[in-house]
Amino acid sequence: MSMANPHDYATAAPEIFLALAAMALLMLGVFRGNRSTRLLCWLAVASFAVALAIILQAPAVRSVSFAGMYVADSFTAFVKAMVLIASAAGLIMSMGYIREEGMARFEYPVLFVLATLGMLMMISANDLMAMYMGIELQSLALYVIAAFQRDSLRSTEAGLKYFVLGALSSGMLLYGCSLIYGFTGATGFDAIATAMQGKEHAGIGLIVGIVFLCAGLAFKVSAVPFHMWTPDVYEGAPTPVTAFFAVAPKIAALALFMRVLIAPFLAISADWQQIIIFISIASMLLGAFAAIWQDNIKRLMAYSSIGHVGFALIGLAAGSAEGVRGVLVYLAIYLAMNVGTFACILCMRRKTGMVEGISDLAGLSKSNPMMALALAIFMFSMAGIPPLGGFFGKFYIFIAAVNAELYTLAVIGVLASVVGAFYYLRIIKVMYFDEPGEPFEGPMSVEMRAIIGLCGIFVVFFAFYTAPFIASAEIAATALVP
Amino acid sequence: MLAFLEIGLGHYLTLAAVVFTIGVFGIFLNRKNVIIILMSIELMLLAVNINLIAFSAFLNDLVGQIFALFVLTVAAGEAAIGLAIIVVYFRNRGTIEVEDINLMKG
Repeated sequence: MSMANPHDYATAAPEIFLALAAMALLMLGVFRGNRSTRLLCWLAVASFAVALAIILQAPAVRSVSFAGMYVADSFTAFVKAMVLIASAAGLIMSMGYIREEGMARFEYPVLFVLATLGMLMMISANDLMAMYMGIELQSLALYVIAAFQRDSLRSTEAGLKYFVLGALSSGMLLYGCSLIYGFTGATGFDAIATAMQGKEHAGIGLIVGIVFLCAGLAFKVSAVPFHMWTPDVYEGAPTPVTAFFAVAPKIAALALFMRVLIAPFLAISADWQQIIIFISIASMLLGAFAAIWQDNIKRLMAYSSIGHVGFALIGLAAGSAEGVRGVLVYLAIYLAMNVGTFACILCMRRKTGMVEGISDLAGLSKSNPMMALALAIFMFSMAGIPPLGGFFGKFYIFIAAVNAELYTLAVIGVLASVVGAFYYLRIIKVMYFDEPGEPFEGPMSVEMRAIIGLCGIFVVFFAFYTAPFIASAEIAATALVP
Repeated sequence: MLAFLEIGLGHYLTLAAVVFTIGVFGIFLNRKNVIIILMSIELMLLAVNINLIAFSAFLNDLVGQIFALFVLTVAAGEAAIGLAIIVVYFRNRGTIEVEDINLMKG
């Protein structure tokens, strides 16, 4: 093992930049105090943009560094781009909210940058240790962000629940890592893959390790049966934080889930495939049925995100390049739909404060037709109705499942999305056909309009640029599954 | 020396499994105090460390010990953040009994 060389630093350039940016922002915040929060937010968004530029201009070849612990290829570039966009959108959406709710402290953007840094490390991890450090950097920052509204009982309770269950999941993940290390003799994904070569099935010790690892990661992506924390945390956390939680950490954790199962354990895919199939079916069904009875829209979005994770996991269960491609396309569309929906939810403000009930949306088509139209588009897209983006996301996932001969999974997926359509359509019904209530306050801010508009355009016109988008997802997927 | 008295890898793994299980049950069965949950989390991480170090010794490989050092460091950070969140929660609620953390029913 040698000292890190300049090539190593080039591989990790976006992460190194974000780490430095986080420290610089922290110093700036310490010296200038809370009045500089807005400036810090924009500087954090700018550093996300710079990190994105660094990723996009890097050569699209696989580069492994830090003694095999760290990897950068087309797959990481694709996912990191999504995570950075999601984080930037989450931060921009937060600015108005944290000012109104009196939680505009300068740590907020710094924690966002640190959490995003953790996510990028997770995506690039090529070793169990690097993976663990990335997950913890992300999680520790997210626990604090969830409890950031520290005068609010709901927010602190959400933070406490998230912390306890997150720590439990980290423990299970680590226990799995220790067993994998013990029974393969290595922690690097490449080294484990070499040890797995030519094997059809894993030994019992390794299987137990993989099960624990899957349980820990299922917690992070909030897949059934490890989803219990999701509705409570989503409901309790401040709304822009929920918007952030619903997108960026999910994308990063799903990318890590794919890499940690496919890169080292592709040879024994028959062993882990059944675990993924089980949690995928359970998540789709729970997401479809449990959301029907919700009347809080943040809670509904929590169940909806559990369902979406179930769909995305179908692609992982397929275990093929086609499946990974499907997951990447699905996640990109999921990002646009969720960011757009949460931007609409953040505009649900009355004189008395924020409202979160689905019934509060009654008659929105009359009081704010543009917002109603945007929300209707996102809901139709989540339900998977063509020609909106959500349809294509599901389409490529199901194609991968059928080609991998997972017919049952595909059929259950289609049925679950039909059931799920019910509660998405119910929101549209409430907006368009119910008696109008008190209208929401004031005009939407420019940032919100821009975010809703961009997400809406992405979702509505996805059919027109499907081909180039699928092509780049394909390149990313083949970087992971040769 | 009797052969069965020799401490082998299996003994360490059993110990770690027992400690880990106590940790998990401590989180789920405990109805009293959140601080006990923090202790249970710590137990789980210590079980992992026993595993890692036992494997490291028996595989003649240093990586496991390095991993254990990382786990120790992160566990300290995790405990600090957990305590901070508990303090903030206590200020709002006036209690940290597990049964009282029920504003939102999941």
